[in-house]
Amino acid sequence: MVTVFISVLVISSIGGVLALLLVLSEKFIANYGICTVDINAEKQIEVQGGQSLLSCLVEEDIFIPSACGGRGTCGYCKLKVIEGGGLLLPTETPFLSDQEQKDDIRLSCQVKVRNDIFIEIEKELLSVRQYECICSGIEDLTHDIKLFKFGLAGSEEIDFIAGQYVQLLTPVYFKGGEEVYRAYSVASDPLNKGAIELIIRLVPNGICTTYCFEHLSIGDTILMNGPYGEFHLSDTESPMVFIAGGSGMAPIRCILSHMLNTGSKRKAVYYFGANKVSELFMIDEIKQFENDLDDFRFVPVVALPDPAEHWTGLTGLVTEAVESDLENAADYEAYLCGSPGMIEASGKVLAKLGVPEGKIYFDSFA
Amino acid sequence: MPISEQMWLMLVTCFSAVFTSNILLTYFLGMCPFTSVSREVKTSVGLGLAVIFVMTATTMINWVAYHYVLEYFGLEYFRFILFIIIIAAFVQFVEMVIDRYSPRLYQGLGIFLPLITVNCAILGASLFMVIRDYSFIVTVGYGFGSSVGWTLAILAMAGIRQRLTESRIPAGLQGPGITLIIAGLMALAFIGFTGVL
Ligand SMILES: Cc1cc2nc3c(=O)[nH]c(=O)nc-3n(C[C@H](O)[C@H](O)[C@H](O)COP(=O)(O)OP(=O)(O)OC[C@H]3O[C@@H](n4cnc5c(N)ncnc54)[C@H](O)[C@@H]3O)c2cc1C
Ligand code: FES
Repeated sequence: MVTVFISVLVISSIGGVLALLLVLSEKFIANYGICTVDINAEKQIEVQGGQSLLSCLVEEDIFIPSACGGRGTCGYCKLKVIEGGGLLLPTETPFLSDQEQKDDIRLSCQVKVRNDIFIEIEKELLSVRQYECICSGIEDLTHDIKLFKFGLAGSEEIDFIAGQYVQLLTPVYFKGGEEVYRAYSVASDPLNKGAIELIIRLVPNGICTTYCFEHLSIGDTILMNGPYGEFHLSDTESPMVFIAGGSGMAPIRCILSHMLNTGSKRKAVYYFGANKVSELFMIDEIKQFENDLDDFRFVPVVALPDPAEHWTGLTGLVTEAVESDLENAADYEAYLCGSPGMIEASGKVLAKLGVPEGKIYFDSFA
Repeated sequence: MPISEQMWLMLVTCFSAVFTSNILLTYFLGMCPFTSVSREVKTSVGLGLAVIFVMTATTMINWVAYHYVLEYFGLEYFRFILFIIIIAAFVQFVEMVIDRYSPRLYQGLGIFLPLITVNCAILGASLFMVIRDYSFIVTVGYGFGSSVGWTLAILAMAGIRQRLTESRIPAGLQGPGITLIIAGLMALAFIGFTGVL
């Protein structure tokens, strides 16, 4: 009995002493006081020193992409530290190119705030936030494309420019998996700020798409962050050609809603390519824009229609259709959306039709 | 034992800990960082130096704690727990200190320190020193020698693995697979040192 008593006493007092030592040293050695983080020389925030830059920013609701939760393994949390970041750590070097190292780019999860620090964050990222989204509907569009509808939790609202995308955080849904972020263009009306709709094509064995198709159900809550991306309408009045296939429909649908909202009078034509008639979707909905918009034409193109499908529209590759349908496109702007292969092929055709390279905007789903 | 004899014993123990009874290649302790960090010579050096420092220091502290606290109370069987908490607290403390006072050192070693708190070679060295009944002076040599031996092994492995990146390895063996096979071959080579002592 006495031995038990003594042993418990001795071991716990040793543990206690060590813990006390650590607490004291934490208080005196690892105490960096209050430090200021200067963002873009516009905004200063005061933070408790000693934490990572990333967690300081998250506390202030500044959302920096981070897929690994600050363990220094994803390399997403890059930002520019002008002054006060200390030395580059070996945990960062694998993720930074030589040019980035020269430009003072750091991994914000590895930089510790020890003193006042001056950083630069892209403007775009400052408006990025994380949203809790509740799945409110899933509709089959084709055999491998679905429309996913989400409502934002609470009375949250998201402000985005038509054409931008959000990142969806795929939770771990199989043993040995890890959380991943995947980008999806917002397909819904930008005025409908309390909702997000995504058009997603199933990638065989794809981590995120398999999750969405097989595990996500109505009522589930998932996290998204955004908006990101430079793909949106220019400020000009030039006529436009949209080319998209499959899930590339998403940003175009959003852009068309935006044009309707703003009463845009721009001339536009949209070529939507598919292999079979059964792979076309939302045809009636997009056709409706022909009535609602001033000068809009919708041209679905099917590459290999089955005779049984009685297709009466254009046949052939979408690029061929563009080439024969649009004769002179020199004053057009082009917006391409979809697989890198399709974008490259369309880019060539457009160049042939005289669209200047700087007027071809694209969103590659790679 | 007179001091001069102890010094001699310390040197011998140190030597054998580096070569003939290398803690990694004959006892296979500390395999986890060995396989995961040995991809680059540069990081291996950092990790190796951190191990040398921590192992030498903790075997010394643990020796004192064991002989003056545990033996005094007759609680030798608590050495596992005691050694673990001492190592953990020590590593944390050191990390805090160098983080604060030496950014250079922190850049080189600091990030490896948390990694080795849970390294079984560190605990193993403390336990071996108790089992083998080393005196304090010999313990210093043993802790230092074992960690240098560990560092030597990981450096050799990193050197080999850097070359492996250019060679063709069967898909199934890539990564840890080939590393373990190489570790086995290195262990065989180190057995050759046994005749020396
Ligand atoms: C700006 C942008 C916007 C986008 N918008 C949309 C959109 O609106 N709709 C849409 O559907 N998609 C969109 N995407 C694509 C989307 O982000 C994903 O890349 C896509 O959905 C695949 O994600 P996944 O996790 O399912 O597949 P992943 O798991 O990333 O797999 C992708 C491919 O790699 C293969 N693969 C995966 N792991 C391995 C492995 N270990 N070894 C070999 N092969 C492997 C898979 O079989 C698959 O072919 C967009 C992409 C970008 C960049
Ligand atoms: S958050 Fe993943 S590397 Fe920084």
